Amino acid sequence: MLQLSHLSAGYGRTTVVHDVDLQVPDDSVVAVLGHNGAGKTTLLRTVVGLLRPRTGAVLLDGEDVGRLRPSARVRRGLAYVPQGQQAFGQLTARENLQVVADGAGSGAATRTAEALDLFPALRGLLGRRAGLLSGGQRQQLAIARALITGPRLLILDEPTEGIQPSVVAEIEEAILTLTDAGGLSVLLVEQHVGFALAAAERYAVMESGRVVDSGTGGVEREGLVRAAMAL
Amino acid sequence: MDALYSQLFAGLSVGSVLLLAALGLALTFGQMGVINMAHGEFMMAGAYTAYVVQGAIADAGVSLLVSLPVGFLVGGLLGLLLEVTLISRMYTRPLDTLLVTWGVALVLQQLARDVFGAPNVDVRAPSWLSGAVDVLGLAVPKARLFIIGVAVVSVVALALVLKLTPLGRRIRATVTNRDLAETSGISTRATDRLTFFVGSGLAGVAGVVLTLLGSIGPTLGRNYIVDAFLVVVAGGIGQLRGAVIAAFALGLLQAGIEYTTTASIAKVLVFVVIVAFLQARPQGLVQVRTRSLA
Repeated sequence: MLQLSHLSAGYGRTTVVHDVDLQVPDDSVVAVLGHNGAGKTTLLRTVVGLLRPRTGAVLLDGEDVGRLRPSARVRRGLAYVPQGQQAFGQLTARENLQVVADGAGSGAATRTAEALDLFPALRGLLGRRAGLLSGGQRQQLAIARALITGPRLLILDEPTEGIQPSVVAEIEEAILTLTDAGGLSVLLVEQHVGFALAAAERYAVMESGRVVDSGTGGVEREGLVRAAMAL
Repeated sequence: MDALYSQLFAGLSVGSVLLLAALGLALTFGQMGVINMAHGEFMMAGAYTAYVVQGAIADAGVSLLVSLPVGFLVGGLLGLLLEVTLISRMYTRPLDTLLVTWGVALVLQQLARDVFGAPNVDVRAPSWLSGAVDVLGLAVPKARLFIIGVAVVSVVALALVLKLTPLGRRIRATVTNRDLAETSGISTRATDRLTFFVGSGLAGVAGVVLTLLGSIGPTLGRNYIVDAFLVVVAGGIGQLRGAVIAAFALGLLQAGIEYTTTASIAKVLVFVVIVAFLQARPQGLVQVRTRSLA
């Protein structure tokens, strides 16, 4: 599905991500773990097209999409839920979904209904301006918005960061529901190591912009992964 | 009482002209943040479009009605050309945009001089817009009523497009959070171009309507560009509702001051009021409240 080959990226003169190799096979979940400043978000921003690779390639189904605009990558099946519960604050929750559905082709209405089934609490908030929703509600809206594009690869950047615990459980359950249903690959950046390893078939640990450890997922590996992260 | 009605109407009339001049800017500057100093020249292009159309269609009434959509198209295409060739490369450099569009404004003025000559030209008003109608005992010029009508229709149409259409949603999403829009599958480049087309097209419509108020010349736009920016800033950047309120408030204020002083003093005092107002409320009349930054 997604293959990153010798990928380097950064801002201005600073290179943040160095020579990263990473694969997300079809129908699988890969977690990227690491402390703040490890380069995880920069890596994801490069994958979705908000940053240009300095070197290396971003291959989506074998096609190098490194020079495509983010919206073109979305049309190739990539969806992104950025860090920070981002929403179009001046639009209502309904309009946040509609604006994506408008350009998402046939089946967008069905996918909108399915996304709202995943987060039923959103149904009662559709008329409210997104900027007035709580962080948890905005995050649910952000995931729903991403699902409407009909992705084959969903990229989630710290989906539970800064959200109240009761909503975190709902979001984690929704992510597990999505991955269990099949047909969707997920690249997950997450601080909550236990959840990430429970959801993921494989993991990679980043430190100072490089992948320093990788392996198969599973909650039983939490101790080993935490040890790798502490190094 | 007649004097009050008279000033009230004069204020509405001035306000509607200000609103038409500012409406396109409310999109290109208010929504997109582009300081386009050539906006006034797009109005001038709309005015000359009316002049050219009248040369082709003798009936002044028909030519005016044809000029409105053609003026929109001419202004829109000029804006699109400017966006594609220059502004799209400068979205992160607002001061460069200001200088470059100022240069474009001068080029367009000279182009108008070369094509139409330096002296002002007249566009005949249709017979059904000559004279006045009686409103509450006041003789109101039909041309002024027509301008108010066009302003109202333009505002309502723009508000409906922004609120109800996919294009409007895309514009609002893009101006709220460009990166999020792009990573949500919205082509922000296409949206920018369409937004600039519509905003510049509205300037063209304003230009067509201004031919009803007097002669037109290459520097027509220069008379309106500062006022148009003032309306958008005082109304609250990005807020169409604020621009509408600000345009009519400034129109009424100007007409009210003019009644007891002169046009020049009224202009100066309006500037003073706006400066004082923005000192107290830099965000303008209307501001959207959100819990998030996006």
